[in-house]
Amino acid sequence: MTRAGKFCITVLIGISLLSLFAPVISGYDPNGIDLDSLKESPNFEHLFGTDNKGRDIFTRILYGGRISLSIAVTAAFLSLLIGLILGLCSGYFGGRVDMLIMALVDLVLSFPALLLAIGITILFPSGIYTVVIAIVAVGWASFSRIIRGQILTLRDAAFIESARSVGCSHLRILFRHLLPQCIPLLLVMTGLKVGSYILTESALSFLGLGVQPPTATWGSMISANRVYISSAPWMVIFPGFMISLTVLCFTILGDTLRDRYGLSIKERV
Amino acid sequence: MKSYLIKRVILLIPLLLGVTLLTFSLTKALPGDPVFSLVGERAQPEVIEKIRKELGTDNNVLSQYLGYLKLLMQGEFGRSYYTNRHVVDDIMTKFPNTLKLAMGAMLIAVPAGLMLGFVAALKRNTAIDRIISLCAVSGMSVPVFWSGLLLMLLFSLKLKMLPPSGTGDLQFIILPALTLSLPAMGILSRITRTTVLEILDLPFVKTARAKGIGEIKIHLVHVFRNALIPITTVIGLDFASYLNGAVLTETIFGWDGIGRFTMEGIIKRDYPVIMGCVITGTLIFILINLVVDILYHYLDPRVRIDDKSR
Repeated sequence: MTRAGKFCITVLIGISLLSLFAPVISGYDPNGIDLDSLKESPNFEHLFGTDNKGRDIFTRILYGGRISLSIAVTAAFLSLLIGLILGLCSGYFGGRVDMLIMALVDLVLSFPALLLAIGITILFPSGIYTVVIAIVAVGWASFSRIIRGQILTLRDAAFIESARSVGCSHLRILFRHLLPQCIPLLLVMTGLKVGSYILTESALSFLGLGVQPPTATWGSMISANRVYISSAPWMVIFPGFMISLTVLCFTILGDTLRDRYGLSIKERV
Repeated sequence: MKSYLIKRVILLIPLLLGVTLLTFSLTKALPGDPVFSLVGERAQPEVIEKIRKELGTDNNVLSQYLGYLKLLMQGEFGRSYYTNRHVVDDIMTKFPNTLKLAMGAMLIAVPAGLMLGFVAALKRNTAIDRIISLCAVSGMSVPVFWSGLLLMLLFSLKLKMLPPSGTGDLQFIILPALTLSLPAMGILSRITRTTVLEILDLPFVKTARAKGIGEIKIHLVHVFRNALIPITTVIGLDFASYLNGAVLTETIFGWDGIGRFTMEGIIKRDYPVIMGCVITGTLIFILINLVVDILYHYLDPRVRIDDKSR
């Protein structure tokens, strides 16, 4: 693995651990209002400063990371699962199944993702699950299409033919023979997608459609604090920096893995 | 080509049904009378009567949905709860502003993205390539609502060079357009780099070299022109995706377009506005994608996809 890839993995593990052990690391309550320390600039007591209600920004970022990361990872996992099953069936069985699934994929990918997510989050009561649903509703489709492409190139390979000739069932061929071949591709895609899901989640939070206040999320911190951009820029700078850093690391990690496995994935699917 | 076109147009039908079904379920999901969720309680009695007639008072959901579709066809997207104005009219007046912003963003993103990607490809695996690639990934990773705020902080509040927000001429458009262009610039330069690298390996480049054509001419005439075809598609698709980004960018810079209109609708829970914007946004996105797709097939005979290879 390249130096950039190692660096990104380290940063991501660091961010995850910090978020996971947030209560141990920070003594502050993420939603605890402290009227004695309003809008304090970064100092030793408050590493990233405090917001207009005296809440510690660093602590809120740690707790916000839990939400952003868990939503993005869950959404990526679910998208992968749905996309994998449909993509495998579509590529392996071909014919009508393929046509139907691919029509559905085309359909979903023709929607502007953020607008569709906005529609869904408004329809359901707001919360973590709604955000996950909104992301997965669009997310599975690109997984499906890529897996299908991979299966199409493998379907007629000699080892699949021989598996068939010794009487393997469809299920066995799909999951024992074809699935393992897709794992590098899935790894790369998941890396790239988790990054973009973090962006979607934070955009939804920014629009006020994500997890609701007072629970901290990176997006909602920027949205709530942006009126103070001039007088207390740290209230906006740090949460945004965390989003950017995390997404950047996931994307570079995806790129690194892609180069390592010698895969080529189109930027847009 | 023809069958592909027909297929694309047929695909439009479930798309439109899908998005209208989404907005329709929204009117049903809201508490209270679905008629009020379309026009608000302050609307004139005639309007309420008209909508009620179309939606039907019986409980048959299908006939209500058909009535809703009929209302949409007549351009009745509902009225804002707050201003009691037709959502369609507001969208019509705000759309040109969004278009202007998207054009501005494209004017920045396209030349910059192409140039960066081209330079990165020619300087493959050097420090320059790595710096450009890092910038490209950063452009794609930084949320526009944050980069926008930072640009505003720097250029408007600290340096006082540009107005922080508002709708207007050139000085107002620079910051939001720049913000909106950053992710597109990143994607475009990455795709340009990959495409150019692929083309550099092709035999005709070798032939051109063997013929003794100068490097600059090879790059500009032979490589660049061939790279343009796939890149054009990306540019077109990006233009459609600016509509996504516009919701965030316009909100930050107070740019009076559809994006900010959507955001205001969300904040005030002004459902007809949200529904109207989602429908219009999806419609525009789908149409632009369709046009780009057709253009692509028209431009490059090599990629004319017949039904078999899809």
